[in-house]
Amino acid sequence: MRQDFLRGLGDVWPMMLAYAPIAALWGALAASKGFTPWDALAMSAFVYSGAAQFVFLDLLGTAMPLPMLVFTIATVSLRHVLMSASVSRHISSFRPSLASGLLFWLTDEAWAIVERRALTDKITPAYFFGTAFPIWPTWFLFSGVGAMAGAVMGDGKTIGLDFAFAAMFIAVLAGFWKGPRTGAVLVASAAVACFAKLMLPGAWYILCGGAAGMLTALVLARAEDDV
Amino acid sequence: MMFDQQLALAIFGMAAATYGTRLAGYWLLRGVEIKGRMKAALDAVPPAILTAVIAPTVFLQGVPEMIAGAATLAAALLRAPLLVTIAVGVASVAGLRYLM
Repeated sequence: MRQDFLRGLGDVWPMMLAYAPIAALWGALAASKGFTPWDALAMSAFVYSGAAQFVFLDLLGTAMPLPMLVFTIATVSLRHVLMSASVSRHISSFRPSLASGLLFWLTDEAWAIVERRALTDKITPAYFFGTAFPIWPTWFLFSGVGAMAGAVMGDGKTIGLDFAFAAMFIAVLAGFWKGPRTGAVLVASAAVACFAKLMLPGAWYILCGGAAGMLTALVLARAEDDV
Repeated sequence: MMFDQQLALAIFGMAAATYGTRLAGYWLLRGVEIKGRMKAALDAVPPAILTAVIAPTVFLQGVPEMIAGAATLAAALLRAPLLVTIAVGVASVAGLRYLM
């Protein structure tokens, strides 16, 4: 069990290092909108979603009513419905209460690592915990640190920090390549996501692109897969 | 600047939304046997969503991001360690923005 936890930690630590500056960047941005370090820390600990939190800061100026805010954040996070559905195949032997608890720490990164590992190994609760949990304190502590550093840090864009998120995902994506059909899925997803980003408000582009990729895979699945 | 109470409500609402989505797929699709085309479609969700999240960042912002995306992909395909791959992306986008 301890071994599985450490194995999870071994898989996740580069993500933790990559996420510390992004959390700090979010904290600094939040501070510029009037958050105290404790506000930033609390939001990061409870909401625990980079995409949702960056979108929230974007929406702060618009005086959006609370129900509308919650709905928008749910659409940003809808991808996690698909992720928890796909990860449920690998954690079906866990007790439901244990699985529900562990799923609080399901992030894009933890999920990507678990899916990669599930290609070759059985997923245990200790491995899931070792992979998913350690990102959490990294995320909220560095959010607080970033809020304290605040304006001192300046604009992360000039040093390319805003691209760290995309670069990390590209690195993870390369591991999913299984041949031309994967290529078709990625092209469909990227094209539809970009089109939707231009045409639709909010974060619908993520769902549109994901659905396009999923449909592409459905159509391209060979007849012999269909047993 | 927000009032404390408003911020607490926003945090509570957002936390319900994010944890709710994390639970939904598990509770709605647990125990459903998945095979054939359905399996192919679900297997495609991970790379499709990752691609959709980053595609506008890479393709819609400008030329530096597109070139940096290609450089990052090259590093990833050469099996560079994750942090090196990220460093390639961040450094190349910063350099290209400075130059262009």
